[in-house]
Amino acid sequence: MMTTANDVSTKSNRKQGRWMSSRGVRRFVSHRLAITGLLMISAVALLCIVGPWLLPHGMLEINIIDRFKPPGTDDYVLGTDELGRDLAARLFMAGRVSLIVGVAAMILSTLIGTVIGLVAGYFGKVIGTVLMRFTDSVLCFPQIFLLLTLAAFLEPSALMITLIIAATSWMEIARIVSAEIRSLRERDFVTASRISGASHSWIMFRELLPNIVGPIIVAATLTVARAILTEAYVSFLGYGIQPPLPSWGNMLNNAQQYLDTAPWLALVPGVAITIAVTSFNFIGDGLRDALDARSDMP
Amino acid sequence: MLRFILHRFGHSLLLLFLVSILGFTILHLAPGGPLSQFALSPGMTQAELHKIAERMGLNRPLPVQWFDWFTGLVIGDWGHSFRDGRAVLDIIMGHLFATLLLVISSTILSVGLGTLVGVLGATRRYSAFDYLATVGAMIALSIPTFWFGLVAIYVFSLKLGWLPSGNMYSIGDESVLDYARHLIMPSCVLALVQVAIWSRYMRSSMLDVIDQDFVRTARAKGLARSRVLYAHILRNALIPMITLLGIQLPTLLSGALVTETVFTWPGIGRLFLDSLGYNDYPVIMGVLMFTAIFVLLGNLIADILVASVDPRVRLE
Repeated sequence: MMTTANDVSTKSNRKQGRWMSSRGVRRFVSHRLAITGLLMISAVALLCIVGPWLLPHGMLEINIIDRFKPPGTDDYVLGTDELGRDLAARLFMAGRVSLIVGVAAMILSTLIGTVIGLVAGYFGKVIGTVLMRFTDSVLCFPQIFLLLTLAAFLEPSALMITLIIAATSWMEIARIVSAEIRSLRERDFVTASRISGASHSWIMFRELLPNIVGPIIVAATLTVARAILTEAYVSFLGYGIQPPLPSWGNMLNNAQQYLDTAPWLALVPGVAITIAVTSFNFIGDGLRDALDARSDMP
Repeated sequence: MLRFILHRFGHSLLLLFLVSILGFTILHLAPGGPLSQFALSPGMTQAELHKIAERMGLNRPLPVQWFDWFTGLVIGDWGHSFRDGRAVLDIIMGHLFATLLLVISSTILSVGLGTLVGVLGATRRYSAFDYLATVGAMIALSIPTFWFGLVAIYVFSLKLGWLPSGNMYSIGDESVLDYARHLIMPSCVLALVQVAIWSRYMRSSMLDVIDQDFVRTARAKGLARSRVLYAHILRNALIPMITLLGIQLPTLLSGALVTETVFTWPGIGRLFLDSLGYNDYPVIMGVLMFTAIFVLLGNLIADILVASVDPRVRLE
């Protein structure tokens, strides 16, 4: 009887408390890195949203006479590229694209990973084994190779790239979720709701899911970081976001050939990617400490 | 032990089966599927395409086609390149050495450096060094590999002129020293992320072991601090790291692709990108399947190694 009572109380505790408790928030706030990350990414996002309106030049404005101006000349804050386009304007517009693609890919892959992990962990046995072996087999493919193959075979567009990134990055979350669910499945509160006639989907989504929101949020935050990086890799290699739509990755695509004469073309977008990704990694780390989630992600 | 190996082997075979189904699905995602190569050539009529499809056996049921493709994969018949007609497996083997050279040298580098940082961080927990290493690792994980490569080329090749900016050797000079000079930058660039990951895992693996009973016993026996650290803690903390080597293989190969591109390194990654540019589907699929099988084998070997070092694993 004791254990049942205990379990019921942990259940309600876990359900409303834990990941939203003031203790968690306090731990997050006291996490200096996480706050730094939050401030950095807010600043980056704000710049990307309002930045283009504050600049004198549009991102597609070509001024051949002004090509390869180093940062700080005339009214070009970050200089110009090989066509004389304002690098700052392009950077901010590219930031919008990269951040939106990163966040959208995260939402999608978190959805896929959560559903697969939930079903696999809850049903166990045959369905669970099949789903998790499938997950393992997708993990055998190095992500960039898989992404590039898909990107080369399918029509490349911003939407397609987002879908492809999501399709190749849900596996970690599926593993985390299924492991968590497997350890929760045998708890008394699950038995209780099964006895009271709850359906499988009710138990999965209303009883089990709220208990693992913490680990999912942590993994999702780290997935944004990874998705932004992945988009940068694929676009850098020429198979991601296609010009004239700028992204941080494709801005670096031909920066290599001007490395000697115009190093800022390579420097600026790279710094932007690093700042954005670092921010999400810091936030994810803080959330992990705050929500006390165990996760395999480094 | 034999039972463990057989079990693991069976698991890998199952994965290979699933991987081949995934690969086969991807192959059919190509515009026009395996026919796309012919659809692109000028003057091709629908009737002719139909004939080719029949000759290639594309009108047979999918499971039959898959079985053919899978047996080809197993017996090493991976098809021929559209570009020069050479056997796909031969082409891949021709590029394997460069990739292995890069991957192995950067692994040695990251294991060495990562272990050092991880051990120092764990033994000096919450010190300034530990904190710096933690933050440093998180930043290192956030730097795009290709961009780090570009910065390295700018500093060490273009500005300082110390190291070559690309290729595996200079034409006319293929001495070991020349290879080494070309290898330094790409392997360091590729190692950046690996050092970060390795040091984080090493730190937590050390911390897992440090509080265990046998360590307390060793200390209580009056063993020297360094002996406890090296003979007891480090040895046990390194065991799970063998598994990590296997797990990190996909990341390592992805990183190698990008590094090879930046440094015009003639490995599998470059081959893959070149083939993408030419729509050379047999080579694209070949490299994709090769990397997946490479990862699969790497993990199998890592698992067997761990079991041979640590008998506890075999009993699971």
